[in-house]
Amino acid sequence: MAKVLMKGNEAIGEGAVRAGCRYFFGYPITPQSELPHYLAKRMPEVGGLYLQSESETAAANMVFGAAGAGARVMTSSSGPGISLMQEGISYIAGAELPCVIVNMIRGGPGLGNIAPAQSDYFQAVKGGGHGDYRVICLAPASVQEIIDLMQDAFDLADKYRNPVMLLADGVLGQMMEPVELGEEKFVQPPEKPWAATGRKKGGPKRLINSLYIVPEECEQHNLKLAKKYAVISREEQRWEEYHLDDARLVIVAFGTSARVCKAVVDRARDEGMAVGLLRPITVWPYPTGVIKRIREKVDRFLVVEMNMGQMIEDVRLAVEGARPVHFYGRAGGMMPVARDIFNEVKKLYNGGAEQ
Amino acid sequence: MKKVFTRPESLKDIPFHYCPGCTHGIVHRLVAEVIDEMDMYERALGVAPVGCSVFIYNYMDFDMYQAAHGRAPAVATGIKRVLPDRLVFTYQGDGDAAAIGTGELVHAAARGEKITVIFINNAVYAMTGGQMAPTTLLGQKTTTTPAGRDAGINGMPVKVCEMLAPLDGSAYLARVSVHNPKNIVAAKKAIRKAFDIQMRGDGFTLVEVLSSCPTNWGLSPLEALKWLEQNMIPYYPLGEYKTPAEVGK
Amino acid sequence: MFEGILIAGFGGQGVLSTGQLLAYAGMKENKHVAWIPSYGPEMRGGTANCGVTISDRPISSPVVSEPTVLIAMNRPSLEKFEPAVVPSGLILVNSSLIHIKTKRSDVKTVYVPANDIAESLGNGKVANNIILGVLLELTGVVSTESVLEALKEVLPPKRHNLIPINQEALEKGRQLAREFKAS
Ligand SMILES: Cc1ncc(C[n+]2csc(CCOP(=O)(O)OP(=O)(O)O)c2C)c(N)n1
Ligand code: SF4
Ligand SMILES: [Mg+2]
Repeated sequence: MAKVLMKGNEAIGEGAVRAGCRYFFGYPITPQSELPHYLAKRMPEVGGLYLQSESETAAANMVFGAAGAGARVMTSSSGPGISLMQEGISYIAGAELPCVIVNMIRGGPGLGNIAPAQSDYFQAVKGGGHGDYRVICLAPASVQEIIDLMQDAFDLADKYRNPVMLLADGVLGQMMEPVELGEEKFVQPPEKPWAATGRKKGGPKRLINSLYIVPEECEQHNLKLAKKYAVISREEQRWEEYHLDDARLVIVAFGTSARVCKAVVDRARDEGMAVGLLRPITVWPYPTGVIKRIREKVDRFLVVEMNMGQMIEDVRLAVEGARPVHFYGRAGGMMPVARDIFNEVKKLYNGGAEQ
Repeated sequence: MKKVFTRPESLKDIPFHYCPGCTHGIVHRLVAEVIDEMDMYERALGVAPVGCSVFIYNYMDFDMYQAAHGRAPAVATGIKRVLPDRLVFTYQGDGDAAAIGTGELVHAAARGEKITVIFINNAVYAMTGGQMAPTTLLGQKTTTTPAGRDAGINGMPVKVCEMLAPLDGSAYLARVSVHNPKNIVAAKKAIRKAFDIQMRGDGFTLVEVLSSCPTNWGLSPLEALKWLEQNMIPYYPLGEYKTPAEVGK
Repeated sequence: MFEGILIAGFGGQGVLSTGQLLAYAGMKENKHVAWIPSYGPEMRGGTANCGVTISDRPISSPVVSEPTVLIAMNRPSLEKFEPAVVPSGLILVNSSLIHIKTKRSDVKTVYVPANDIAESLGNGKVANNIILGVLLELTGVVSTESVLEALKEVLPPKRHNLIPINQEALEKGRQLAREFKAS
């Protein structure tokens, strides 16, 4: 198949349609608006629905309804809107409904700005809304990977009956890159006998619900969720390794910052430094396995993020104090520049700053 | 050169960032002039929305707040309850006030909150790139209604003045337009009246201003004003929808 | 090879689509390409710009913060972005609309009266492709053939009648650049 040039936001839309998603509910916000624009045109072509909600609060709850009715459904927003969706996401997780939520992160907190950032990491992987729940969280680093991950996002959501978040940033949403779309396959979403679609006489009653008024029962519900999350943590960790084999310094970065770090690794290798990159593709579940495996072989870790240090906590948890973990970040919508990261690497590599 | 007009003291001497032909700037000026005329510079507090006009917080020279998208009436409520003798107003677009912030708007009116909402109806979400707003007209093409707004999918456009009129807490509701000088004069009168009624303590006040967005409508500034007159006014009739009896028309 | 090209001008000057055309052409040559626009309220001011990266290595950041080439289609763009160009980089100035000179002495600057030449070809809209022709000749970033092939895919079929004039514009630009090299 020939390659086409595609914007990240449009790739999400096309990837979703190809994954069998036929319902989109959302509210405009920069820098993800090309996605609703795309789906406003594309959904009617495939007999699907694009509906603009009156708010993100409503969008997330429209998703709750549609997912409960058995649909492959998606919504999308950026920081301020994702904050408003947290109510719905908590209810969706509580009721164990599958859906996909896209966050094209922008500078925060508050209204912040519309430039790319990774400052919603905590919100995405540590809960976000109320209650003890987890959201499977995928962090693509290219437009091609967006296309590839959309199918997985819907499949994981259905497999575990859990919300899946695609965590990206303004750069990935806005940029165009060549992508291979592949053959358009007919996707038959799995049977969902639990969906409340109208009770057959004599059949089971279905209830889409997150209320467990009796604490004993609510505890059982939480234990069941925890068991599911443990399976996901074990089975679904994904990451990319780049020159890790002999690396003495390992950079850990996801999404757009990982792209920049790849160039840093190349340059460091050109100059004879054994530097590698670990790029988490799932940020929940976090790829702790690989970090535990390599931590004894390396001298130190450098975490690079477009925020003031959020994922570094997960790296530290996996490193368990075995090695120093350093941080380099830019915030507020600023992008890290390869040259600056390289200087940091050089300093650390030569035994510079001890922790 | 002859000086055609002087800048109100309440309006900062910096250029607007708005597109050519955008009427946000006109409404800013009217608000500033009225505050000057009421000599309220030191007692005026404005709440900026999220939308093209967010930077009204820079243009107004007096103290300002910036609220989350749609929440300005709630922020204004907090301010007014702490500082009841101040002139408190919000400046909000149609997406801000009539979609995401409908709850805050309706309940500020229901409580009879003594604030003024300057409501800019330009029939689109302008700042985010011309998506459908609650006020987008039937058949109007936007970036999220590429085939035109369809009542079967999106329902009918929301008429804000008409929606708030039955609430006992609303004291003054008027719809004006700024597409020509005559209407600009009338718009200013309505803003003055709303502020006066707020300061009398009669209840919630709102002035809806039909505004143009040439950029997202894909029209020249002049065509946009004509489009407003020919398409918006028939659906959104101008006039006062509520006035305290003692104040009268 | 690596080129980070920043194209900047008024909205409506075709800056974004020219960048896309270039990226498409790079893709045709199996190079790594990325395109990214300026986005958001800064467009309100009526300016538009995009970054195009074409490289034989995977592209780290698509954001062109240190361009190897700046194509300035109007004066504010030249003034805003010329300080960012890398030393010994290239600045292409649309001298039909920009009547000032660059301040940089450590870069190569070519002044191209793109709109005037385009008018003389009978279509003011091909000014971008005149400059693109100059770029191709001076940098060899992609071939004219690839650009023409890309045009076929970027333009809707009903506008394929515009391909010959665009080809002429590219050639004219190349010729101009050859004269510049010779002088
Ligand atoms: C919670 C949240 N959702 C979405 C946005 C994105 N957003 C910014 S402005 C805007 C719409 C503005 O439209 P309107 O209120 O009509 O004002 P206009 O720009 O037309 O004057 C939106 C949706 C946001 N900032 N916050
Ligand atoms: S986009 Fe529309 S509302 Fe916003 S400044 Fe331009 S004309 Fe005004
Ligand atoms: Mg609006």
